[in-house]
Amino acid sequence: MSTDLPVLTAADFSSDQDIRWCPGCGDYSILAQMKKMLPNLGVPREKIVFVSGIGCSSRFPYYMNTYGMHSIHGRAPAFATGLKLARPDLQVWVITGDGDALSIGGNHLMHVIRRNVNLNIVLFNNRIYGLTKGQYSPTSPAGKRTKSTPYGSIDNPLNPLSLAVGCEATFVARSIDTYIKHLGATLERAAEHQGTSFVEVYQNCNVFNDGAWSYATDRNIKADHLLELEHGKPMIFGKNRDKGIRLNGMEPEVVELGKGVQEDDLLFHDEKATEPTLAYLLSRMRMDDGFPEPIGVLRSVEHPTYDDGVIAQMDEVTVQKGQGDLNALFRAGDTWEVEAQNT
Amino acid sequence: MSTTPQDTLHSDKDTESLSGATVRLAGDSGDGMQLVGSQLTNTSALAGNDVATFPDFPAEIRAPRGTRAGVSGFQLQFSSEDIFTPGDELDALVVMNPAAFVTNIGDLQDRGVLIANEDSFADKDLKLANLDRNPLESDDLKKYNLIKVPITSLTRTAVSEVKNAEGNTLGTKEADRCKNFFALGIICWLYGRNLEPTIRFLNDKFGKKRPDVAEANTLALKAGWNYGETAELFERNYQVQPAHLTPGTYTNVMGNQALAWGLVTAANLSNKELFYGSYPITPASPVLEELSNFKNYGVKTFQAEDEIAAICSAIGAAFGGSMALTGSSGPGIALKGEAMGLAMILELPMLILNVQRGGPSTGLPTKTEQSDLLQAMFGRNGESPLPVIAARSPSDCFDVAQEAWRISSRFMIPVIILSDGYIANGAEPWKIPDVAQLEKISISHPGPIEEGETFLPYSRNEDLARPWALPGTDTLMHRLGGLEKEDLTGNVSYDPDNHQHMTNIRQEKVDRIAHVIDPVEVSGPASGDLLVLSWGGTYGACITACRRAREDGMSVAHAHLRWLAPFPANLEEVLKQYKRVLIPELNMGQLSLLIRAKYLIDATQLNKVKGKPFKVSEILRRIREEIDLLK
Ligand SMILES: Cc1ncc(C[n+]2csc(CCOP(=O)(O)OP(=O)(O)O)c2C)c(N)n1
Ligand code: SF4
Ligand SMILES: [Mg+2]
Repeated sequence: MSTDLPVLTAADFSSDQDIRWCPGCGDYSILAQMKKMLPNLGVPREKIVFVSGIGCSSRFPYYMNTYGMHSIHGRAPAFATGLKLARPDLQVWVITGDGDALSIGGNHLMHVIRRNVNLNIVLFNNRIYGLTKGQYSPTSPAGKRTKSTPYGSIDNPLNPLSLAVGCEATFVARSIDTYIKHLGATLERAAEHQGTSFVEVYQNCNVFNDGAWSYATDRNIKADHLLELEHGKPMIFGKNRDKGIRLNGMEPEVVELGKGVQEDDLLFHDEKATEPTLAYLLSRMRMDDGFPEPIGVLRSVEHPTYDDGVIAQMDEVTVQKGQGDLNALFRAGDTWEVEAQNT
Repeated sequence: MSTTPQDTLHSDKDTESLSGATVRLAGDSGDGMQLVGSQLTNTSALAGNDVATFPDFPAEIRAPRGTRAGVSGFQLQFSSEDIFTPGDELDALVVMNPAAFVTNIGDLQDRGVLIANEDSFADKDLKLANLDRNPLESDDLKKYNLIKVPITSLTRTAVSEVKNAEGNTLGTKEADRCKNFFALGIICWLYGRNLEPTIRFLNDKFGKKRPDVAEANTLALKAGWNYGETAELFERNYQVQPAHLTPGTYTNVMGNQALAWGLVTAANLSNKELFYGSYPITPASPVLEELSNFKNYGVKTFQAEDEIAAICSAIGAAFGGSMALTGSSGPGIALKGEAMGLAMILELPMLILNVQRGGPSTGLPTKTEQSDLLQAMFGRNGESPLPVIAARSPSDCFDVAQEAWRISSRFMIPVIILSDGYIANGAEPWKIPDVAQLEKISISHPGPIEEGETFLPYSRNEDLARPWALPGTDTLMHRLGGLEKEDLTGNVSYDPDNHQHMTNIRQEKVDRIAHVIDPVEVSGPASGDLLVLSWGGTYGACITACRRAREDGMSVAHAHLRWLAPFPANLEEVLKQYKRVLIPELNMGQLSLLIRAKYLIDATQLNKVKGKPFKVSEILRRIREEIDLLK
């Protein structure tokens, strides 16, 4: 018997609201890929909720014809956790920016990940505060000149994927706004994962930080700067696919294939490795240090989810103690009777 | 037979009947005064007395031993009459060490019974309490009925035969841990309290794991009782008849416990799952701890990473359709401010609990105060009115929890519940209701709409409540957010007139609640010289002071506010019936400010922020002064 679920299209996921992002903003592309991907999941629209914080990226829920909540700055993971606990039947997405997730919301991000709540986080990383018009963010590179760092930023930037791995995220991935096929596939994998899925998306803010990711998006050079991860495959990259990543002791190094280096000498990707060591090593590879930056799924492992644990414990206690009875509860301590007076 | 109290043990000494007594047990925070205090409470309640308690302990878990900072006290009034406070002056005081003596003796009334553990008044003990002479030898104590008891050594003797599982006798340390029960034994003898409930408690608590501990404490308790009976120190003991409470089954409840029970009950009455997002803080933590037991009642508790996450998780749960609640004390409520504004503009139902403590900042964590009223009223950015309800006593918390949820879910608005440390930790008898008899709380959610219809998430019913449409409902997909929303559609709107309109509506929602809550009731003359107006935990002291004033022939009425926002519809009318209005508060005049601003009346205020509740005498004295001014 075939299910009679209506087949949805990307257009079915568009709300009636005008989109207010700047023309050319990378957010459009992420929105488009999300709408295109969701029908693949077969989840009805009314079962999907997008929760966001504050920022340009966080306007996202308004544009989706699903349930949604545009909350307050940095706190989306907390709303989403409460929602998911109350309603484990819903598919919950958290949409956040680099400032929203990593600055004001750093605490919540850390805790939602370590709890492994079954939801999906998409971090739109444009390395700038877009909505407040161009101050530097926790992912802006050191030395970055912005409105609030006219002489260059002194802060060390934060690496979102290292942070996620450090919190023992069970699913960690990265994609790029303009690499639409890859983005769609990555979001789909995130949706399918049980537990917290953390996806960083390189997103261009063409107004306040244009070209921040050009090394990873420019057609002519990106192949040399990106390492597309595939589970079980050797780590090969480069326009001519002639470079690879090899382990030298504990350190990765870039090597040229041929000239005595075989594919088998390279590091093979294992997204299911129980220890997060490999994922961490990958997350640390930066273009500035001469490495290609990995995209795709760094880590995807199975681990019990928080929401399942909460429900299971409630069920277990209910089996042990029986369904709660208020009348019995109120009488569980010492009680005494006061009888009616005759006088 | 009017009631069925438990029989008191038989004493051969003269027994005098009393209407009630106020007793305080004070010692080092490691001496277990809170434990025996609650046992005495329970025993007195089981004897049919009305009881009210005031536990008072330091913020430090283990303040330096023997110092004044480490003193922990438990005060209890039990009575054959209706009482509303733990009492002012003490009829009996037990002090386990010199520090407890100096910090508490001021509250003992002349000719009151002072029982001192003389074993702990050695030089080194005196030094710890910063005393250079033994106060027990002072002539000043002649005005009291001082009874020096070597509690420590008598306790050691009493438990000397007890053997543990390995067949060894208890060490000195373990033996000394029983001395609180010896002290309790003396008090039980003095007031004719039955030992049986305490013995049962000891067996329940320790009987299985540490039968030796249960046995030792029981022996100490009995030894204390026998000491009262046989030592020639007391002339007589006392008896307090049962109080004439409304017929029914009673149990003793503490405020936070009653609140937790009220919340679970409200969830049950409204057919909702209860979700509690919280972060530990004194004195609100017991609500989290209590609720986390109720997994088999469909209660989900979430100990969040901070107070912001706690309220945000609750808002998420409210969006999902739970009866959502967050709770904290002042410092945590301050952190929740931004999210409370969001909850308000989202117009989702939820409860925000503040068990107040002494402020500002970290303030006095374990002491009581009522100084977060203005925070509850105004502690958010923008025009963000929220309803505020305050509990007046431990058992009242049970009803307040339900009333708050009734209003919140009916009007689709977050409601703030104020309690305080005094209510939270205080205990009193509570008549157990029959859950089946409690009024149901009906809540409905819209179902899918027909093709061609549009769903308007910000349309309103006659209460101005918008529909609570739940995720998962086909055709009702909508987006909520903190940006100003357009009337009806809820879409983002920056339109000037719309913002004015929505602001007006949100205020109007709060105002309309005044039509459905009970009018404020007055006890005493319907018009006259003075009205005492109170709110929250000062209820007991105010009503008692007003009664006494009337007994003394003064024209004094008392009105107590349950809702602080909105004020009850008849409040202005009531205020105008008296020549003067006095507002006693454990803050520097927060309700006074609101009353003066709203009704333009010249209310006078009585304020105190000492971390302690009002004494009845403090209020009574002020009432006299006010009445004198009218002469
Ligand atoms: C409590 C609070 N503080 C500050 C702001 C102002 N604010 C709004 S968005 C934002 C930064 C957004 O940056 P990011 O998360 O990177 O999102 P983007 O706009 O770049 O997508 C700030 C500081 C706010 N809305 N709330
Ligand atoms: S400011 Fe930047 S991030 Fe924001 S909408 Fe414009 S281009 Fe996009
Ligand atoms: Mg940004």
